[in-house]
Amino acid sequence: MAFLDNLINGISLGSIYAVIALGYTLVYGIAKMLNFAHGDVIMVGGYVIYTAMSSLQFNPYLSVLMAICACTILGIVIEKVAYKPLRQATSLAVLITAIGVSYFLQNMALLIFGEKPVSFKSVIDIPNIKLFDGQITIKSETTASIVISVIIVIGLSLFVNKTKSGRAMLAVSEDKDAAQLMGINVNRTISLTFAIGSGLAAIAGALLCSTYPVLSNTTGAMPGIKAFVAAVFGGIGSIPGAMIGGLLIGVIEILGRAYISPQLADAIVFAVLIVVLMVKPTGILGKKVNEKV
Amino acid sequence: MALLEVKKLGISFGGLRAVDDFTMTIEKGDLYGLIGPNGAGKTTVFNMLTGVYKPTDGSIWLDGENITGRSNIEINKAGIARTFQNIRLFSNLSVLDNVKAGLSNHYTYSTATGVLRLPKYFRIEKEMNERAMELLKPFELEADANVLASNLPYGKQRKLEIARALATQPKLLLLDEPAAGMNPKETAGLMNTILTVRDDFGVTILLIEHDMSLVSGICEKLSVLNFGQLLCQGPTGQVLSDPEVIKAYLGE
Repeated sequence: MAFLDNLINGISLGSIYAVIALGYTLVYGIAKMLNFAHGDVIMVGGYVIYTAMSSLQFNPYLSVLMAICACTILGIVIEKVAYKPLRQATSLAVLITAIGVSYFLQNMALLIFGEKPVSFKSVIDIPNIKLFDGQITIKSETTASIVISVIIVIGLSLFVNKTKSGRAMLAVSEDKDAAQLMGINVNRTISLTFAIGSGLAAIAGALLCSTYPVLSNTTGAMPGIKAFVAAVFGGIGSIPGAMIGGLLIGVIEILGRAYISPQLADAIVFAVLIVVLMVKPTGILGKKVNEKV
Repeated sequence: MALLEVKKLGISFGGLRAVDDFTMTIEKGDLYGLIGPNGAGKTTVFNMLTGVYKPTDGSIWLDGENITGRSNIEINKAGIARTFQNIRLFSNLSVLDNVKAGLSNHYTYSTATGVLRLPKYFRIEKEMNERAMELLKPFELEADANVLASNLPYGKQRKLEIARALATQPKLLLLDEPAAGMNPKETAGLMNTILTVRDDFGVTILLIEHDMSLVSGICEKLSVLNFGQLLCQGPTGQVLSDPEVIKAYLGE
């Protein structure tokens, strides 16, 4: 029963990683850049919800909606201000800028909310589920994380593969210049990608802070990095890959913590990544790129 | 009024004068060829016409409108579409989706409509599918609609690029070496396709080509570029028998 309990916790954490990883993978797939500030957008989302609920006394759902709007706008602004001027620059310049944005967000939060972590009130109020005569309790946050992540993956796949904006995203991801010459607005498409990615980060923030109810300016950093690992693990650029990668990383982390060593849990996650990259460098669902000669 | 007027067009890359003082007039309905030895600046002219490069001098007029220096999206909206010398399809999209990507600007529904799958989404996607299939028809690509573009044979990829460009509803279609890499039989088929496209879609066509059978077979007028400068211009027969042109191609 303890194993089942751990497995459920792993899937719960994995679902949250999956939602974060989707943002990473989407931005990487379309804009071809690693947005290392993505994790910190989660933290911003968390603080927006916290402020809305504690200072403004808003109801939880309205607060989450506010966070989604705020992060969407933040994502668009970050792209416009920090990344768009570097569209033609080397990927290293963009990467370093992303790290800069990440520190900027963390330190802004430090300035506004102080260094003391705040305790976060869960935004989810559905009942816990009890199984096997109460031997196993599935917490409301777990249920919410799993259901929401599945909805997001399905919705996002449909959006990218079946709609006009999604098609524009795929076209831009393959060949920006050709897409532009076919009348596709590349800037708008990349903005939309950041908007969606950051909106998802806000949802991830709500789930993460509800499950682990402590919020500080570095809350998003570690989950952000692990979700990045999950995205690479599943095959960066692939939507189902992000989901699978997220779930696996979550389960590995929790099981590692429970059965191997609590201190080594993070190390195990990264060790698994290294092994996967050695065996299958493109990740589980990543496409093999054949160079034509 | 001419459909396209290029006046004294020039571009420098640092100290290199790639194209200089290039003037050309294309009438509506023309099938016009731009030829010249390798490195003469033909693709550079295409890149200036489509907004990939901003010309250093001169001006470009489409249908009486000055489009010099506009961005490539604006120029596409104004009515110029192109294909590429090295094929640049969206190779991981299906044949149908490649054409639908080209249709984007002419069928609009908001992102929210797409996310919420409102009735309008289904209606417009259906219209887009029908229109895309119509565009595939003259290229005999209907049966391949759901194939990934990268899995098409080479000749069909070239045709798909033309279909995708046509989807943006251009007035002027630029084809950059459409017959490159094709065998004589495929080239003959392509010549018919190009003529059909011009007549059925009512577009004016400007093409770059090295294959002289195609150039002399379907182009009505030619401009010859050599070292970035206009060497000769006029009706095809006259240009191809010009001693200067023969010299540029074959040497002394």
